[in-house]
Amino acid sequence: METTGLVSFGRYTCSHLYFLLLIVLPLGQHTVEGVWPLPQIFTSSIERYPLNPQAFYFGYGRQSAAQFGCSVLDAAFIRYYSLIFPDYTGKHSTTGKSHIGKKQSVGFDVLSPSLLFPDNLSVSAGKASLNAETVWGAVRGLETFSQLVYQDDFGSYFVNQTEIDDFPRFPFRGILLDTSRHFIPVHAILKTLDAMAYSKFNVFHWHIVDDPSFPYQSQTFPDLSRKGAFHPMTHIYTQSDVRRVISHARLRGIRVLPEFDSPGHTKSWGKGQSDLLTPCYSGSTPSGAFGPVNPALPSTYQFMATLLKEVSSVFPDSYIHLGGDEVNFSCWKSNPDVRAFMQKMGFGVDFTKLEAFYMENIVNITTFLNKTAIVWQDVFDYHELIPKDTVLHIWKGSPANYRKELSRMTKAGMRVLLAAPWYINHISYGQDWRNYYTVQPLNFSGTAEQKKLVIGGEVCMWGEYVDATNLTPRLWPRASAAAERLWSDEKQTSSVDKAFPRLQDFRCKLVRRGIRAEPLYVGHCKHEYQGV
Amino acid sequence: MTSPLQLALLLLALGFSRGLQHHYPDQADQVDGEAELELVAEPSKFGSLWPLPQKVKLSAVSLKLTGVSFQIADAKGSSAGSGCSLLQDAYRRYYEYVFGGAKRQQQPGKGRRAAGPAVLTELQVWITSPDPECDGYPGVASDESYELTVDQPYAVLKAPKVWGALHGLETFSQLVYEDEYGVKSINSTTISDFPRFAHRGILLDSARHFLPIKVILANLETMAMNKLNVFHWHITDDQSFPYLSRTFPQLSQQGAYHPYTHVYTPADVKMVVEFGRLRGIRVIPEFDTPGHTQSWGKGQTDLLTPCYSGSKPSGSFGPVNPILNTTYDFMSQFFKEISTVFPDAYVHLGGDEVDFSCWKSNPDIQTFMDQQGFGKDFSKLESFYIQKLLNIVATTQKGYMIWQEVFDNGVQLKPDAVVHVWIGGGANDEMGKVTAAGYTTILSAPWYLDYISYAQDWQKYYKVEPADPQDFKGTEEQKKLVIGGEACLWGEYVDATNLTPRLWPRASAVAERLWSAADVTDINDTFNRLSVHRCRMVARGIPAQPLFSSYCPREYKGV
Repeated sequence: METTGLVSFGRYTCSHLYFLLLIVLPLGQHTVEGVWPLPQIFTSSIERYPLNPQAFYFGYGRQSAAQFGCSVLDAAFIRYYSLIFPDYTGKHSTTGKSHIGKKQSVGFDVLSPSLLFPDNLSVSAGKASLNAETVWGAVRGLETFSQLVYQDDFGSYFVNQTEIDDFPRFPFRGILLDTSRHFIPVHAILKTLDAMAYSKFNVFHWHIVDDPSFPYQSQTFPDLSRKGAFHPMTHIYTQSDVRRVISHARLRGIRVLPEFDSPGHTKSWGKGQSDLLTPCYSGSTPSGAFGPVNPALPSTYQFMATLLKEVSSVFPDSYIHLGGDEVNFSCWKSNPDVRAFMQKMGFGVDFTKLEAFYMENIVNITTFLNKTAIVWQDVFDYHELIPKDTVLHIWKGSPANYRKELSRMTKAGMRVLLAAPWYINHISYGQDWRNYYTVQPLNFSGTAEQKKLVIGGEVCMWGEYVDATNLTPRLWPRASAAAERLWSDEKQTSSVDKAFPRLQDFRCKLVRRGIRAEPLYVGHCKHEYQGV
Repeated sequence: MTSPLQLALLLLALGFSRGLQHHYPDQADQVDGEAELELVAEPSKFGSLWPLPQKVKLSAVSLKLTGVSFQIADAKGSSAGSGCSLLQDAYRRYYEYVFGGAKRQQQPGKGRRAAGPAVLTELQVWITSPDPECDGYPGVASDESYELTVDQPYAVLKAPKVWGALHGLETFSQLVYEDEYGVKSINSTTISDFPRFAHRGILLDSARHFLPIKVILANLETMAMNKLNVFHWHITDDQSFPYLSRTFPQLSQQGAYHPYTHVYTPADVKMVVEFGRLRGIRVIPEFDTPGHTQSWGKGQTDLLTPCYSGSKPSGSFGPVNPILNTTYDFMSQFFKEISTVFPDAYVHLGGDEVDFSCWKSNPDIQTFMDQQGFGKDFSKLESFYIQKLLNIVATTQKGYMIWQEVFDNGVQLKPDAVVHVWIGGGANDEMGKVTAAGYTTILSAPWYLDYISYAQDWQKYYKVEPADPQDFKGTEEQKKLVIGGEACLWGEYVDATNLTPRLWPRASAVAERLWSAADVTDINDTFNRLSVHRCRMVARGIPAQPLFSSYCPREYKGV
């Protein structure tokens, strides 16, 4: 179900329809531990089966369209083996791919695939099977399976008899990281991608540049980071860094959506690209300061077209985020050339028209590049005539405000992404995850057709007060609360109190997996975080 | 200290070094990118000194240091010699902090050094009093003053005791910066320094969440970087009893989150105490009673009051049972052990937030109240308990600290008792009352760092609230009874995953308020020094969180 609508992976090569096999053995009893986010249909019994790390293996079903050699699943098997058996230090974990490959040929003989539903996970005596239409569903299923396995007091591994049918409520479940206000080292981004996969997030929205710094090292315009990054050598993302992030994400079923926000939020761009930003005037002379991108110059659009062409080839996702938020008009107003341009275009003194003109041009560039644009809500608010396939990103206001905005935008037939209730950089004392959990993304006035236009939501971690020192504990498990809202059925997950123990349990799983996820309340994890 | 001491003293390349260059007329115009400075801290004339020393004279004369030639050594006249391992360990620690990250770049006798600028080859540490207190423990009366002179051919650090020398070494390390070629430099400087308050503490709560030893040690290390000198170890509470008692092992056996993985053994405690001592930090344990003791009851039967529902015990328990002799026998033995395990002259006895409902429900307690003539006033019963407890602890030759309620309830305190003011709103009045009664006091009310909020709340700890411990109406004599304060990081929402970034650099703001002169309040200068100080902590391997959009030359390498 992960392939519907918006989801796309530029360079995906694994074929569709496959299933795989997991070996499990005899029985006992234990209560089932929770899965986070809660699957759509979940039944389990107290019958449990032990897992022997030495005998356990993953294999491809005989009728699976994906077989050994499918990079996404081959890598996922290796990853999930050690996530399922965190204590096990035997041969399996060290021999890697080839060993699993060999075991897998043995496994084929005991396979009896069931092809009932896509994204179906079934655990019963002797084997477990996972069916999915695509590898992306299989990666989600492996995550679910890994959360079903537990250890008893003696350290033995068990899984209960379980049947799961699962699919996400929304196809777009994102996390925004801001690498401009603080530089976030690549290893911290990769760690975030790991944790995202554990919560079944599938979009990494990379707010890569902004006013404070331009860390993206452009092939076409190397001066942008050379002059605009905090440091031209140590605080940049090279092309290979970006590729590493994209490939790490792809293996976890995560899209990388780059944002090159303009015409505002571009101070750092101006350092490496002269004449790009608008010179602000103080009276009749330039003040030396600069404002938003200069929309009055043809060179601006040539530059943007070239940059976006590079970006669209570097980032395989079929969407690009173009920003468009919070444009301050005072500098434009001060500049006589801009004012002259306004006259020429017949905009009068309405600077929103100028901004709309600029955004329209930029959106057209991306359309020409075969990419679909995502823009912040501001663009819609002042200019309702943008291409119908553009996705609008709601970030402002109280529930009442964003509900109104949801109605308005979907009524205009636009697809919408909701971020407003999930500005997770705003911290407060206590269990604020409860607020993120109780959001109702479709609770706005509109037809069923309108509701279908809400493609998902996004958790935003803006970077004013966040860098590698505190990113992870601020993000997790608070973002996981939103993850369940975006994945699971709302009716089954309407109680925060019922979610609490399951989220606590999940948080300890994150800690066990090396994610520095902060506590929800007093208590302990069997395996506490071992770092500082 | 297990965390990698990668690092080196740094100053934002754009920051401090350029700031000093402005003193050179011929380089005054050397600026290439004023715009960048909008985003980075403007250099303070005091560089990255934190907390700001009492008296600082910085000159523009810069000296170079190389890891090959530079050493920290005992001065000839010093009363502490090579047998003073506290100092020797500190020399090594600070050498690592100054040169650790760049050792390989340093080549003996090459390049710039020969070319001209003066070189600093030695820091001589001179302990001036006959007893350096090398093997002692720091205390509330310890002399922490020092004088530091950086000049050719060597720098001299003079201190009456090792405690001042430790602070002076930290200050010295903060004066070192890298020039644009990565060469370590220090400017000729004279500093005379001492703390404004004697008690500068951090409270960590290892009961709401268990804190692994290495997290505690990392924070002691960071405390030393901020010249904080008291680790208030709120070691037990309702939720868990991780202290492994030799006398009553069942307390942690039954009362810890886990009897093996979530306890502090005697060896662990020893390690913490010694690690603290080597950094001039006192370790004051808190064993809070009679409330906050649910976890105690698991391993010690009959210690807690059985609550009643109607005429029958409900099965739940309340505060410590104050009417049984066995309670006091237990407390005597327990605190006798504590007095030997923790060398500090003080122990914190808690005494806060006692819920009377369970006592009220219990018929035996009611009878006792009648016998004692307490009527219905349960605060009298509480005082009765505390009074007996204080007397018990007094026999162990320890002083005690207690939360403000004990004072409020009129309990008779020893003259050396320290009253800990924590209730926000009216904290100033409370400080006035406590000192008017002649008691010593410390302030925590404005510094509950577990209460987080968006943006730069450190400024509030530094200035906005009545965050000055002496900011109350009272005589000079009363003001003198204020011996300091503590930043409290209660543990409801804090464990090893988020403790360090949540505490630092927010607690650094409190550290400067408690160390530096009362008139050090320029928030802009503070921001600029603190930005660089936080990057220094990061470079030293401490994940101290950012103040605002910016960067550090060496970002945090963990995740």
